[in-house]
Amino acid sequence: MTAALLGWSILVAQLFLGLGMGCAAFRLMRGPRAQDRVLGLDTMYVNATMLLLTFGIRTGSTHYFEAALVIALLGFVATAALAKFLMRGEVIE
Amino acid sequence: MNPAADIPLWVAVPTALLLLLGAGLALVGSLGLLRLGSFYERIHAPTLGTTLGIASVLAASMLYFSALQTRPVLHEILIGIFMVVTTPVTLMLLARAALYRDRTEGSRDVPLPSPPPQRPGTDASAPDSVIVQSGAEKGRQGL
Repeated sequence: MTAALLGWSILVAQLFLGLGMGCAAFRLMRGPRAQDRVLGLDTMYVNATMLLLTFGIRTGSTHYFEAALVIALLGFVATAALAKFLMRGEVIE
Repeated sequence: MNPAADIPLWVAVPTALLLLLGAGLALVGSLGLLRLGSFYERIHAPTLGTTLGIASVLAASMLYFSALQTRPVLHEILIGIFMVVTTPVTLMLLARAALYRDRTEGSRDVPLPSPPPQRPGTDASAPDSVIVQSGAEKGRQGL
């Protein structure tokens, strides 16, 4: 009973997150300007973090947590560097 | 095979609800990214997922692993703190970069930069204040 409940809710949550990543990927490829693409990339990073957490709940192993933490870190660094690049034209002055 | 079989029901139901809430908020934010019209409207949309969305998923994960390992598992708070600290910083940087790009292109959709503050007691038409202002302009361009 509880296994079925958790299994179905995790499946639906993963479908939602995958669909959200699809929307972000559309904005990443289509986005009229560079800042739209960076925003889509940032959204994809956040959705990937949540998707890894749901994978961790599904398998019951805490190893996915570390991957989610690394993805969150990479998302911050990537978005900050890209915003700096859009602002100045170079990342490290 | 499935570790979720020996989870009590009073843990499974909140975990499922929190997971669905978090994933639904992330989906709504991503759909807003798809549907909204301009960049300055779009930059608000993903913050649904980065605040309550990821908080719900993290709470679900903490609850589930605490019940699974029969001890408090709190290391998901790390991701929560990290998201709360970094999301405003990155989105602020991105919005300022977009505003800078729009202003340098002379777009009419963005407000003009606010004029430099005048010093109290100086007349704007006096020559020395003009010199002071041009010096400030030079300093700003030098930055």
